[in-house]
Amino acid sequence: MLAIEVKNIAKNYSSEKSGKFIGLGKPFSDNDTRVDSDTGIEGISFEVKKGEIFGIIGPDGAGKTTLFRILTTLLLPDQGSARVNGFDVVSEYKSIRNCVGYMPGRFSLYQDLTVEENLNFFATVFNTTIEENYELIKDIYQQIEPFKNRRAGKLSGGMKQKLALSCALIHKPDVLFLDEPTTGVDPVSRKEFWGMLKKLKDQGITILVSTPYMDEASLCDRIALIQNGQFLKIDTPKDIISQYKNKLWAVKSDTMYKLLNDLRANELTKNCFAFGDKHHVSMDNDKLTMDKLREELGTLGHKNLDIREIEPTIEDCFMQLSQV
Amino acid sequence: MKQLLSFVQKEFHHILRDKTTMMILLLMPIIQIILFGFAITTEVKNTQVAVLAPTNDEATQRITDKINASAYFDVVDRIHNTNEILPIFRDAKAKLVVVFEDHFAEKLRHTGTAHIQLIADATDPNAATSFSFYANNIIMDYQKELMAQKTNPYQIRPEIKMLYNPQMLGAFNFVPGVLGMIMILICAMMTSISIVREKEKGTMEILLVSPMKPIYIILSKITPYFVLSCVNFATIMLLSVYVLKVPIAGSFLSLVAVSLLYIFVSLSLGLLVSTLTDSQQAAMLISGMGLMIPVMLLSGMIFPIENMPVPLQWVSNIIPAKWYISAVKTIMIKGLGISAVLKEVSVLILMSLVLIGISLKKFKIRLE
Repeated sequence: MLAIEVKNIAKNYSSEKSGKFIGLGKPFSDNDTRVDSDTGIEGISFEVKKGEIFGIIGPDGAGKTTLFRILTTLLLPDQGSARVNGFDVVSEYKSIRNCVGYMPGRFSLYQDLTVEENLNFFATVFNTTIEENYELIKDIYQQIEPFKNRRAGKLSGGMKQKLALSCALIHKPDVLFLDEPTTGVDPVSRKEFWGMLKKLKDQGITILVSTPYMDEASLCDRIALIQNGQFLKIDTPKDIISQYKNKLWAVKSDTMYKLLNDLRANELTKNCFAFGDKHHVSMDNDKLTMDKLREELGTLGHKNLDIREIEPTIEDCFMQLSQV
Repeated sequence: MKQLLSFVQKEFHHILRDKTTMMILLLMPIIQIILFGFAITTEVKNTQVAVLAPTNDEATQRITDKINASAYFDVVDRIHNTNEILPIFRDAKAKLVVVFEDHFAEKLRHTGTAHIQLIADATDPNAATSFSFYANNIIMDYQKELMAQKTNPYQIRPEIKMLYNPQMLGAFNFVPGVLGMIMILICAMMTSISIVREKEKGTMEILLVSPMKPIYIILSKITPYFVLSCVNFATIMLLSVYVLKVPIAGSFLSLVAVSLLYIFVSLSLGLLVSTLTDSQQAAMLISGMGLMIPVMLLSGMIFPIENMPVPLQWVSNIIPAKWYISAVKTIMIKGLGISAVLKEVSVLILMSLVLIGISLKKFKIRLE
């Protein structure tokens, strides 16, 4: 059985029917003859296998939270259907609410209750006790246990996330929904957090996680790249990278802004983006070699040129896919 | 059941840890009762009076003494010239000037008619009406004394008896009013705010994605404020009986029963507000402006409903406080039993059923 099964789901927040589409899904363009659909909206579809860490990767406003809220039965989709753990998100919402754990994007525990009181409260709400499932949260909870009498509002960002994760896990859910769990968390805590997710996966828990950080994508089993309410691609991180169409060069010179403009002006350039202190550029390699590019840029007055071929990252893939 | 208990416990934690709000909630009824009881009073007491008697004779002296002796008035000044009247009001030395005509006693004796003019500062019209009425009574009283000496075959003597509140104490009116207002404020406003806070802070999202039944969420939100309202009810009762000396003339049990019913109506109102709003500010505004002000203005607490324009009288019928205040007055002041307030009780029951029905139906099991 699939842990999550989503078919053609869409959700429009725009108040007027004729207004601009905002939300999840995408309207078919006028000359699109692929499918005849009643709504004229192309929804999203995907499946998550049991025990998988499935990542939804995309920028802010791409529709990640909407998708999570539909799957956690908090929002009704305009069209399409979805099943979580075999239950329909609309008609069997009560069963879903019994068997999933949900950690919303912003810290949503009671700030004026202590760490222990929060955990206790959520344990009782889910008809269980801390003792019953202590094994599952032990690794995470042990790190915040020294502060168990501290009010949740007074915890640091990373500790808040750990507490929220503990609360979402306390009833041993079958499917765990984590909406941007690492946003606003320091790099060390982020790394730790992903370590914990791996351990939870080993216990058989299916995890659907969203993140705007591309570097976290490679830690998932499979990922979906999402933009403007649409999935660009669903695959394993490895396959997505291997499908990168061109060679990727990192280019550097003394005048980086001029370099970016010059590279973009080149008619053989497919795409070029600033990545930290380098520009990542992919070009029509049949017609242009690295030496030839170096020569061309040299005549444009660039000094200290440094061009080398690099392995594309998920971010490069995202940029390339989102361009099409 | 354990879920519910734990939820209620959590709500008490919220309330007990927010010390400022809790103090406000517990002190507000005390402060209001004391303010209304001692500071903001419409009773006429020790009104300053100035007397203008051009001829000081035994009649003017007698009337002046009678006025001075009454608890309502203090004679603070005696003037001798009509030119001095206006400056007295301008400098706010007195609220009432009693003007006798020349040779007052003489005219009274010979012609049987003498004139007194009462000039009142009517910037506060209600007070002016009251104290000029009292002054008039004192003068009539003196007239009666005179009549007793002569024999007059035609006499009409109205005997006025102030039923239920012979001393005309304002407390008899505002204790029910404050009760009605405090309950609405605490039950409706605090309940709606505490539910909306869960929405605003995002915790409602987690609660919804849990096996917790919506009715449990509602019940556990209501319980602490129900307890708090009962505490407030007890405080107000104790204060009004022991400090303001307003007795509970009727059955205390009926009073408690009607109050519990009213608390329930207010809680359902709070629930309804919480289903209509998504932010604490909106909830506060709706309960504050939308409930408090109508309660104060249209419930008969401050302004008599009978004096309002007819459309406003209709509107006042949908204000729960109007029915509650009327019931409390009947039981507490008039001393009648629950059978005398059947109409009020049935209206309140009907209101609570409608309100709780709508709010349960409108309670969102999702985010939209």
